[in-house]
Amino acid sequence: MSRPDRGPSILRFAAPQNFYPLAGRLAPWFAGAAALLTLAGLWLSFFVAPTDATQGEVYRVIFIHVPAAWMSMFVYLVMAFWSAVGLVMNTRLSFLMSQALAPTGAMFCVVALWTGALWGKPTWGTYWVWDARLTSQALLLFLYLGFIALTRAIEDPRRADRAGAIIALVGAVNVPVIYFSVKWWNTLHQGASVSLTKAPSMATTMLAGMLVMAVAAWAYTLAVVLWRVRPMILERERHTEWVGAELMREALRQGGRA
Amino acid sequence: MLSAFFAVLRRDLLLAWRGRADVLVTLAFFVIVVCLFPFGVGAEANLLRTIAPGVLWVAALLASLLSLHRLFAQDHADGTLEQLLLSSEPAVLWVTAKVLAFWLTTGLPVVVVAPVLGMLLDLEQGAYPVLVISLVLGTPILALLGAVGAALTLGLRGGGMLLALLVLPLFVPVLIFGAGAVEAELSGTGATAHLLLLGGGLAGALALAPWACMAALRVSTE
Repeated sequence: MSRPDRGPSILRFAAPQNFYPLAGRLAPWFAGAAALLTLAGLWLSFFVAPTDATQGEVYRVIFIHVPAAWMSMFVYLVMAFWSAVGLVMNTRLSFLMSQALAPTGAMFCVVALWTGALWGKPTWGTYWVWDARLTSQALLLFLYLGFIALTRAIEDPRRADRAGAIIALVGAVNVPVIYFSVKWWNTLHQGASVSLTKAPSMATTMLAGMLVMAVAAWAYTLAVVLWRVRPMILERERHTEWVGAELMREALRQGGRA
Repeated sequence: MLSAFFAVLRRDLLLAWRGRADVLVTLAFFVIVVCLFPFGVGAEANLLRTIAPGVLWVAALLASLLSLHRLFAQDHADGTLEQLLLSSEPAVLWVTAKVLAFWLTTGLPVVVVAPVLGMLLDLEQGAYPVLVISLVLGTPILALLGAVGAALTLGLRGGGMLLALLVLPLFVPVLIFGAGAVEAELSGTGATAHLLLLGGGLAGALALAPWACMAALRVSTE
């Protein structure tokens, strides 16, 4: 690998020692943005958005449910993207990014399933139906869990990185297949007795609340992933000089404050 | 090039023949899983007839899953795998040969026995050809996808459960179309669409999985 701190290009942040301080600087900003946007989004969704004509107040769960479901799918794509970059370019940081993303993606999967169940009980009369979307969301959760379990089970970090990347890519190739097969399976079994299609028109304040919450979920993901990847970088690079210097600086800062 | 393919195929089949008991264990597992269902859900013929396609398919899937860890484990332990990876022959070829030998020794017996078990579950006569065709098309996909998982989990502690967690979500489409084919035939809509999709899946898996499997083996042995 070439010397990482040369050149003005953004690629220099592919080097862990350059990315580590950058992540530390950016994370609080994203966290702050996430907090503010969540507050604004919750205010919009609970106080401004009107009560739904058909579903009543219970529809308000979509302000958490839909952004979580979006993020859970998007995070898997990003994970697969970093895995591909890691395999092709052989950059250590890419693998760390995909591993740092996985728990957040799995968390959003759980949130989407959980809030969906809470919404389904009063609306459909049941916590769970084997609807195509619900089923593929559950399978996505299993894909996340498999990725996390595989990368944690392998001791050798180099092997863990690459094995995780391969399974992430195999999963990404399969996601559309799984989605469509589950969709056809459901429609072949029975008519769409329960449809997730939204009411045709959506009040603009509802849409605004949902979008603000979605942006908040993005900011939250960025903040958490940047924070999560920092100790992972330190652990991986613990034998290098810059980590020693960094930890020394950190210790001095802590000592000075005490 | 093809000589390497056939050499590996012949070797694996010979090894499987020498250790016939393993093959029989897979088959016995398949039979006993299917036989468990009447105990669990009750022996009512109508119910059994309804769930027969799904039960047979789930059992075939579990049988192929449980034998997957044997696919590379032996060769990994005695160093054959490294020698194969070091050899000048294209790895995709002998990986495909190994998967084919694996399917011939674990998938094919299941396909052969499945109609007999169908009789135990009172599956309708007309559905047998579709059952066999769907298994013939579907179980090689399971072997191909499973080979990637087996290569990734090679030599890991707790590898069996991990392998299941990795590959079972990927098996779902095969299960849907496999069992769906039989059910579609029974309901009179015709199984052609399902079988064509299974065939397409097999072609896709055959084109992609050996490469992923090869990459996974390289990662796991380096």
